[in-house]
Amino acid sequence: MRNAFAAELLEQAGLHENLVFLSGDIGNRMFDSYKEKFGERFFNCGIAEANMTGVAAGLALSGMRPVTYTITPFNTARCYEQIKIDVCYNNVPVIIVGVGGGLSYASLGATHQSLDEIAFMKNLPNMNVFCPGDAMEVRACLREALRLNEPVYIRLGKKNEPVYNEEIPLLTAGKMHRHKKGEKICLVSTGNILPVAYDCLDLLAEQNLSTELVSCFSVKPLDEGYLEEAFEKFDLVISIEEHGVGGLSSAILDVVHDKGLDVKKYLKVHTGDQFYSYSGGQQNARVQAGLEANQIIKRVLDRLS
Amino acid sequence: MDKVKVLERTAAEVRGRILEVSHRNRIPHLASSMSCVDLLVVLYGEQMKYRSDEPLWDQRDRFILSKGHAASALYTVLSKYVFFPDEALDTHGKPGSRLEEHPSRNCVPGVEVATGTLGHGLPVANGMALAAKIKNESYHTYVILGDGECNEGTIWEGAMFAAGHKLGNLTVFVDFNKWQATDRSCDVLHLECLCEKFKAFGWNVCRVNGNSIRSILEGLQTKFDNDKPTAFIADTTKGAGISFAEDDNNWHYRIPSEEEVAQGTKELGL
Repeated sequence: MRNAFAAELLEQAGLHENLVFLSGDIGNRMFDSYKEKFGERFFNCGIAEANMTGVAAGLALSGMRPVTYTITPFNTARCYEQIKIDVCYNNVPVIIVGVGGGLSYASLGATHQSLDEIAFMKNLPNMNVFCPGDAMEVRACLREALRLNEPVYIRLGKKNEPVYNEEIPLLTAGKMHRHKKGEKICLVSTGNILPVAYDCLDLLAEQNLSTELVSCFSVKPLDEGYLEEAFEKFDLVISIEEHGVGGLSSAILDVVHDKGLDVKKYLKVHTGDQFYSYSGGQQNARVQAGLEANQIIKRVLDRLS
Repeated sequence: MDKVKVLERTAAEVRGRILEVSHRNRIPHLASSMSCVDLLVVLYGEQMKYRSDEPLWDQRDRFILSKGHAASALYTVLSKYVFFPDEALDTHGKPGSRLEEHPSRNCVPGVEVATGTLGHGLPVANGMALAAKIKNESYHTYVILGDGECNEGTIWEGAMFAAGHKLGNLTVFVDFNKWQATDRSCDVLHLECLCEKFKAFGWNVCRVNGNSIRSILEGLQTKFDNDKPTAFIADTTKGAGISFAEDDNNWHYRIPSEEEVAQGTKELGL
């Protein structure tokens, strides 16, 4: 995903002459082409994310379109108050990009994992929260973020994730992106867990359960209309996210409550309320968290029986 | 009247209005406001280019009151320099008023950044100054920081950034009144040697008397290295201009009585 982001950034910098890229001292070599072409709009802000976020707000207040970039927890939790006040309260179009969302950096330990930030980013007034499911969606999310004149948070995975979209889709904030139509079950996946959702799709097909799969790239604003219809139409709506309590599941439960939907039709799959240490890598961490497709399907079948 | 006298008179009038509104509307942070009045009056009365009838004029110099709790001083000075009518000050802090105890973006013409949480103003100002450099625009960015505010790590992150990116179009005033909310700022944390600190961070540094219009004006005439941001360490007195509030930290929160307003007004020669 991060390479797709770098490629799209390069393209968009050519289209938006006020785009400014701020890096928190990461992305070694990844942005070389950007620097070569748009060096006057590249700034390494050092390991000082709070200042970087304030700088971005100041740039946006002065007519620029800043994009900040570093590892997810450092670009969200570390500088949360700057995001809240300088970006969201001032309501300026800063794009905050976190690389290594969820358990992407599982082997680096809980310091580098990010299983909480969807929750606290979506709770900020004026903020949009985008979690693309593959490299194509990453590119589409950056385009949509630049189209909006508002604060946007984009949560990336790491690199070499499978790509499911054949081309760059047109993604619109507040709309689900459907990957497959189905009749019985609805899988709502957000962000980099999409490959697991695809594995679930295969396993459910083996059980002759017709399943719909959507990438909920836009956690905020959330596609409430789609969810209302889904809770009507399907026997079961399952949300899957590489994130703990308070993320997509909480956003969906708000809709369930507000619209009076049937909560018995809902199954949430997330990483729970814990840190993941000694996990050894993303795949192992997912198993620890119960996020592996077989584990999820077992819960689905239990629920259906 | 010469320029200094005019500005001194304006500063006295601003202080009188702050005192009166603080009493009537029960607005705290009186002493924090008083200590930076002269800096604000020099900025708006002499130093900055702006159009009060066109507050978002794109060539305007930018200003951020990073110590947002001195909002009364900012609102009163903006009103004095006709960004909005004086009557609006009477609503300060009242339900529905846009003049809250800490300023929000565009709450009134002339305020373009929300402050109140300390340590935010310098990084945002860095962004404004950086935008001017990218766009090759000539506006200058000014910030007033509190000395207590310099406890915040973001001030020093921001100081490194400004020097690292050669923001010669950025000027900071530290309102060095030697107090923070509950104690002397040099006793709470090791805040001594502010000049040396900024110098070591790669800034131009100039020490002025921040409650002397003449001293501030003289300081601003200094020839500095254009590739460096500039910090004025402005020695001030918390509560400056109101004898009973001067250097008495109870006035961080205290509200003046009617008698105190009368006494203060008299002392200010109004």
